[in-house]
Amino acid sequence: MKVDLTVNGSQHAVDVADNALLSDVLRETLGLTGTHVGCDTSQCGACTVHLNGSSVKACTVLAGQADGGDITTIEGIANGDDLHPMQVAFRANHALQCGFCTPGMIMSAIDLVQSADEPLGADEVREGLEGNFCRCTGYHNIVKAVLDAQANM
Amino acid sequence: MYSFNFRRASNIEDAQQIHQSSSDAVYVAGGMTLIPSLKLRLANPDDVVDLSQIEGLSAISSNDGVVSVGAMARHCEVAATSDIPALASLASRIGDAQVRNRGTIGGSLANNDPSADYPAAVLGLGATIHTNARAIAGDDFFVDLFETALEDGEIITRVDFPIPKRAAYAKFANQASKYAVVGVMVAETDAGVRVGVTGAAACAFRLTSFEEALSANMSASALDGIDVDSSDFNSDLHASAAYRGSLVTVMAKQAVEQLAA
Repeated sequence: MKVDLTVNGSQHAVDVADNALLSDVLRETLGLTGTHVGCDTSQCGACTVHLNGSSVKACTVLAGQADGGDITTIEGIANGDDLHPMQVAFRANHALQCGFCTPGMIMSAIDLVQSADEPLGADEVREGLEGNFCRCTGYHNIVKAVLDAQANM
Repeated sequence: MYSFNFRRASNIEDAQQIHQSSSDAVYVAGGMTLIPSLKLRLANPDDVVDLSQIEGLSAISSNDGVVSVGAMARHCEVAATSDIPALASLASRIGDAQVRNRGTIGGSLANNDPSADYPAAVLGLGATIHTNARAIAGDDFFVDLFETALEDGEIITRVDFPIPKRAAYAKFANQASKYAVVGVMVAETDAGVRVGVTGAAACAFRLTSFEEALSANMSASALDGIDVDSSDFNSDLHASAAYRGSLVTVMAKQAVEQLAA
């Protein structure tokens, strides 16, 4: 099956199996392994990417459903060596330990902040990141990082 | 996941034709239930027919006291509407942000998960489900566990919700999945008080004993002493049937209290 994807600004025409997942295509076909597959059951959120501007779990999107779509992955948010404000805030606030959940956390957090009409409070950040699991940090510093980042986005 | 053919439908007729010509086809809307089911090999279709390229299925409009929600409208889009705050609030509490960005109202209703939220809204608000073939009263739509009044291959096109005088949805959510262990929509509508319950039984249902009590006296205390028969309720690791029975009353009371607030 032929699928056209724009990923981090580059156009790709890829030939994939009909039952390929978007996460498979990003990781296996395009080599973008920053999108992590944690649970592969739509729960942990480590595979979160932006599809047409919204956060989605790439392990629960069929490649065919993303045909013609505009995708941003963790590899696509920095500007050269200048990290995205959310990445800067995660580093500054020690919002990661093992780092496995971090790509998904950051992609979710960016969508959360960008979609908010007003500055978010800590409770709203916690609720907004319900679809992302972290098994190291206890979330506290992640929430601090997101609150910190929204001032710079 | 077993292999299947991914088929893109360009319009409703095309989708139906693909469905009819296949020995075993399923439609995919957002895929938030179907894709995990495919991975678990609970579903093993020959053809997966994608409805997302069909134009005009995701519009949300409000006219003459009715909010009309296109079948492919995503939960996040329903959550952003304002004409029926209880419906928007319900949609905003489905799953998590990523699920709300993909899952659709039509997909949820066609799947008829016993713990899905929308069925409580369809029954509680007295919605009508429109398909490519006909209009189905919400009261007639939910038949049994994962079973609806839809014929094989029939496609939901939109759901019409009459705007109630006031309504509220209270849910006791599973803390991991956010599915309703029990969810209750209470609405005061032009056609009287309606109470829609999800999560408790094989599929959502109206609780007429509560409707009658609340018609006479719209207060939480009006539900005191009304027996909820939980003998056929779901029992699983999250909650026993008796506990769900208790939750029905507690959630209904919470919804009534929200109405008054």
